[in-house]
Amino acid sequence: MTTTTSGSDLVTGAINRGLAARIAARAGGGVLRIFLIVVALLWLLPTFGLLVESLRNSGTYTSGGWWDVFSHPAQLTWSNYSQLFANHAITSSFWNTVKITVPATFFVILIGAAAGYAFAWIEFPGRDWYFLIVVGLLVIPLQIALIPVVKLYNWLGISGSLLSVIIFHVAFGLPFAIFLLRNYFAGIPRDLMEAARLDGAREGRIFFKVVLPLGLPAVASLAIFQFLWVWNDLLVALVFASPTNQPLTVELAEQTRQFGSSIDILAPGAFFSLVIPLIVFLAFQRFFVQGVTAGSVK
Amino acid sequence: MTETGEPALATAAAGSPVPVADPARHQPEKTTKRPKRPKRDRPPGERSWLAGVFLFPAVVLLAGVVLYPLIYSIVRSLFTDKPGGGSGSFGLHNYKTIFTDHSTLVAVKNNIIWLVAAPTLVTILGLVFAVLSEHVRWATVFKTVLFVPMAISGLAVGVTFALIYADQPSRGLANTVTVGIHDLFSSQTGYPNLHIATAEAANYTGNPSTGFTSKKTFSPGSPALVPLVGLDIVHPPSGLTQAKQPANGPGLSGAVWNDFALGGGGKPGRIDPKELALKGVKVQAVRNGSVVATATVDQNGDFDFPSLTSGSYQLQLPGSDFQKPFGGFSWLGPNLITPAIIASYLWIFSGFAMVLLAAGMAAIPRDALEAARIDGATEWQVFRKVTVPLLAPVLTVVFVTMIINVIKVFDVVYIISQTAGQSGKDANVLAVDLYTDYGTQQYGLASAIGVVLVLVLLPAMALNIRRFRRGEQ
Repeated sequence: MTTTTSGSDLVTGAINRGLAARIAARAGGGVLRIFLIVVALLWLLPTFGLLVESLRNSGTYTSGGWWDVFSHPAQLTWSNYSQLFANHAITSSFWNTVKITVPATFFVILIGAAAGYAFAWIEFPGRDWYFLIVVGLLVIPLQIALIPVVKLYNWLGISGSLLSVIIFHVAFGLPFAIFLLRNYFAGIPRDLMEAARLDGAREGRIFFKVVLPLGLPAVASLAIFQFLWVWNDLLVALVFASPTNQPLTVELAEQTRQFGSSIDILAPGAFFSLVIPLIVFLAFQRFFVQGVTAGSVK
Repeated sequence: MTETGEPALATAAAGSPVPVADPARHQPEKTTKRPKRPKRDRPPGERSWLAGVFLFPAVVLLAGVVLYPLIYSIVRSLFTDKPGGGSGSFGLHNYKTIFTDHSTLVAVKNNIIWLVAAPTLVTILGLVFAVLSEHVRWATVFKTVLFVPMAISGLAVGVTFALIYADQPSRGLANTVTVGIHDLFSSQTGYPNLHIATAEAANYTGNPSTGFTSKKTFSPGSPALVPLVGLDIVHPPSGLTQAKQPANGPGLSGAVWNDFALGGGGKPGRIDPKELALKGVKVQAVRNGSVVATATVDQNGDFDFPSLTSGSYQLQLPGSDFQKPFGGFSWLGPNLITPAIIASYLWIFSGFAMVLLAAGMAAIPRDALEAARIDGATEWQVFRKVTVPLLAPVLTVVFVTMIINVIKVFDVVYIISQTAGQSGKDANVLAVDLYTDYGTQQYGLASAIGVVLVLVLLPAMALNIRRFRRGEQ
């Protein structure tokens, strides 16, 4: 299918190679190309609209849509962003997002990798059954845990804290982390493990010096998944974070009720909130795709 | 991912993520005993203890934050709610509430709409894009463009699409495009609040919905003046200019204008300075009860029937002149809000489905496709008879993954329905209702909704486990 670059195979079978067929194929290829370009533009348009809206003078939203900037370029301004970064509630919630996301990603990797290693390379009774439980937990919706964990945090005296949000994210990230890493670690050649053990390395050393480095691609895809989940989370933070500890998503979500009047904060805020995940995503897309396609395609 | 911080790819990852090297290959002499297990090179007791060390943090977290809450919620769902969050009597009352209470019933209905529409549409769009993008050289760019929304939070997607669907205060992209397309096919410009000016009102019959017809007749030679009033002169529609005295042509002619200027001052029935021409109004000439000609009022307020050079005619302004112009659809109104949010969801996840399916297609043996083509199959037949059947496992994974995601959908619905105001309630889904019930301290009802979500997901869980076990063998 992709071996021919003209795209002519799309319309005709390999047998009809007459002139008419070839013209039809060209036309078909042209239509196809235009269709895909339109689709791609359609997919870019919403984010582009948000970006342009975030760059318009305050007050212009009431007078017309973001495309007005093409006829009135004077509407463009940086002032929304300078106001956004001068807004203490926004900047401190942004740092809360960072303070939640970084540890929640780090610990899910560390704890998930340790458990994944145990499931892959340490023999213990009932191992396969316990792992099936992990596979089952993959599907459990986090909604089921909100109320009981609120009570648990009250009892522990950590309700509202950043720690409470982090713990929840780590716990609900674990089934996927253990699953992904165990399967990847299990594929590490046995010889390598044997050699390390024969050299007298203890499990801790093997874990940090052999398994983690070799499992780096899987760790990378887990890291980007968890990073995106936690960075973009709304519900968990909405339930657990106290007002001083709430991340950017919650801070902005509170303004959506007065959408029209808050657009000068909402548009730049929403765009700002998506820039970092977007960069991470584009930079590590390869690992993300590996994580996505892992296992579904054999 | 925009969902609730959980693995969206639960089943996508089922099976082994890497081409797992078969341990048996490295240890052929051990294959008869336990082909897939590491060798027991240390006493089992010590290794179990070690496993405990490595597993301890994970076990504590999973037990405390996932398993215990699961059991707690099942138990709590069986007790009714008392004001202040206390629990009342034992029974299935909360489950009955889910299927009888108005708010939860809306949520159940919407969840069903989501379940029927979203996974199917995402899978179909993903398949179409995966197949078509194989034929262009810039497939990688195309895939990246469609995949990128996966990285965007539900909050940002919600704000983005609220802008698109907005009706107030400025019109969003969706309605600007809809109205634009509508106006391409129908050039009707209506002036809703207009009517015949008081001074002339006695000379006309009718009302704004049926239109107005003059009682007297007009003849060529003396311009017919049709004064209307009621235009919003403080914020007039854009594009209206001052009315001018109608030119006296050979045919029947006249003027239609708003007989009142900002600040007042003019005389009724006369075209005074600053009074605006009502461009676009349709005027019909009527003779013996039937319309013989139609003209449209121009920029200066003039209308002209060049063909009517003699005789006398009644003038008629049809009801369409006074109808509200088409303003688009109320995307976030009660009827369209759920489909509108589902559309934003397709925007997020179609790229995901496409990437998975494209990877699946890359794994299809080239020979199978080439063989079919050499046998004379058309590209459509190759797609139907070879590609789709061979892709079936990946299609299932995509579909089931989407079902798991759709059942839990929260962020986009929560944000967009907040921007929608009153009709936001019509977008309710179970996950949002659960959060609302948590806020109102109806912990029993919220727990019951959580249990329902888990129950609906049980088949997906079973499927996952089966897939995994098959993959292990």
